[in-house]
Amino acid sequence: MTGSRRRARPLWLRSLGYWAFQYKRTWRSSVTSSFLEPLLFLTAMGIGLGSLVDRHVHHVAGVSYLAFVGPGLLASAAMQVGTSEATYPVMGAIKWIRTYFAMLATPLRVIDVLTGHLAWIVVRLSMVSGIFLGVLAAFGLVRSWEAVLALPAGVLTGLAFSAPIVAFAATQEKDAAFSIIYRFGVVPLFLFSGIFFPITLLPGWLQPVAWATPLYHGVALCRSLVLGGAPLGASVVHAAYLLALIAAGYALATVTYRRRLSV
Amino acid sequence: MPSAPHPAVAPGEPAPLVVARGLVKRFGEFLAVDGVDFEIRRGECFGFLGPNGAGKTSTMRMIACMSPVSGGTLRVLGMDPATDGPAIRSRLGLVPQEDSLDLELTVLDNLIVYARYFDIPRAVARERAMELLDFAQLTERARDRVEPLSGGMKRRLTIARALVSRPDLIILDEPTTGLDPQARHLLWDRLYRLKQEGVTQVVTTHYMEEAEQLCDRLVIMDHGRFAAEGSPRELIGRYSTREVVELRFATHDDQTEALSLAPMAQRIEALPDRLLLYSDEGDAILTEAHRRGYAPVSGLVRRSTLEDVFLRLTGRTLVD
Ligand SMILES: Nc1ncnc2c1ncn2[C@@H]1O[C@H](COP(=O)(O)OP(=O)(O)OP(=O)(O)O)[C@@H](O)[C@H]1O
Ligand SMILES: [Mg+2]
Repeated sequence: MTGSRRRARPLWLRSLGYWAFQYKRTWRSSVTSSFLEPLLFLTAMGIGLGSLVDRHVHHVAGVSYLAFVGPGLLASAAMQVGTSEATYPVMGAIKWIRTYFAMLATPLRVIDVLTGHLAWIVVRLSMVSGIFLGVLAAFGLVRSWEAVLALPAGVLTGLAFSAPIVAFAATQEKDAAFSIIYRFGVVPLFLFSGIFFPITLLPGWLQPVAWATPLYHGVALCRSLVLGGAPLGASVVHAAYLLALIAAGYALATVTYRRRLSV
Repeated sequence: MPSAPHPAVAPGEPAPLVVARGLVKRFGEFLAVDGVDFEIRRGECFGFLGPNGAGKTSTMRMIACMSPVSGGTLRVLGMDPATDGPAIRSRLGLVPQEDSLDLELTVLDNLIVYARYFDIPRAVARERAMELLDFAQLTERARDRVEPLSGGMKRRLTIARALVSRPDLIILDEPTTGLDPQARHLLWDRLYRLKQEGVTQVVTTHYMEEAEQLCDRLVIMDHGRFAAEGSPRELIGRYSTREVVELRFATHDDQTEALSLAPMAQRIEALPDRLLLYSDEGDAILTEAHRRGYAPVSGLVRRSTLEDVFLRLTGRTLVD
């Protein structure tokens, strides 16, 4: 050992380093979908459906339908990436590839394995939200600098799914439950969280349900930031709700990860 | 800095690298390791033998600070796994029983990624990786993905990976399972060289001949306890005879008749297909068998091995 030893990298950062390295080697398979999906959705929903909607109701919530839908789709893209990164990769790292166990034979601890993986998901969510924001800008939907805050808002939205879902994924023996998360979680949220129409149009009893879902808060937050003039009070409530879910998910995951990995 | 005769010994570090006292591993109600005591000394190769389910992997995983101790005490490199896990593991190399290679990455990248967990700079990692690939005879596959490699190649890569951090103690859980004889001899060679360099080794294996080759001392484990411990030679001396006579007969009646040789042997074992007579004077028994006209289809005298000891202590039948 040399005297002038450089500062040791934090342990969780080494776990993040693995995911980044492995993404660098395999990103090509996901790159088309991460650019193409927002484009396709915006074109179909915003321009196609939008021109129809705009012709009949003029404007939704005071803006064109494209401008209404665009930021909501950013939030839903974050939800989808946040969910998919928290399901199969976690199961793989426990059962199929056993990456977590490889890490745990080195200086890394269970908490580092968990924190590093979530940190990587933050990086992924930043990429996705950033790309989406760029596409929105290209469609001329970004009007103020406030819109850059939609990037962290997208990250919060995605992570509000990832943190509780990694906690759950670490308890699973098989991947069967993941398709249930999609069918009964992701898909209904996508449809009923205020992306395509304001939730005030939902039947009265469904509105509180929509209120309780993280995607509703993510959509509302992203929309007001992208369109400009986000009300401070409401934005804080949305962000706080998402942060609370993240904190609860993380706390739960420290328990389920330890139970699963430290046996 | 005063010149230290053993650079790896930190001041105040006790001589044995691993000390276990009444070590217990419990899974729910089940006792996988039932209060064992052992010490692993610096520079030796220490073996854990035992039938399936004996508790070898459970013990190894505790030594590797990957599995919390359920009872008793364990010190590794003078530290407590419960509190100093990262510091201990930074000096360990583990070859787990189940591979945990990244199948999507290349052979070379697997080594580099692993080295980075130890915070080894990228350039150094790369250099070491190339050396280790040479040792594992995988240089030609360096840029291939791991997935299509054969089982034995994956095993060799796992072993190379465990060495990338230049550990003081390497823990090898069935390192040669699935290796061909060439690869196995290569590994024995390499482990021997590492031992010369002062690297302490803990090994489990189901190959008795491998244990005899590699281990300075070993324990035979059964149902979570140690049935015996010592050097391979000591164990053979203590639990077997110098030689074993193996007699095969054409019919079962012939074999039964030959049981009358029993008084000449220290121990006799009648298996369905042959008779084993344990004795220090095997030739005398074989001569006597022929003299009495028992006419075995085949008869041979061989030296006792660790396998004889193992089977004697843990039984021939599969008990689960
Ligand atoms: N995570 C676990 N949960 C419950 N029981 C376990 C767990 N791990 C091991 N066991 C049990 O503990 C006992 C010892 O297992 P262990 O893997 O230590 O055996 P082993 O000596 O390594 O066997 P083998 O030679 O087959 O590798 C077995 O009965 C096994 O079923
Ligand atoms: Mg085992």
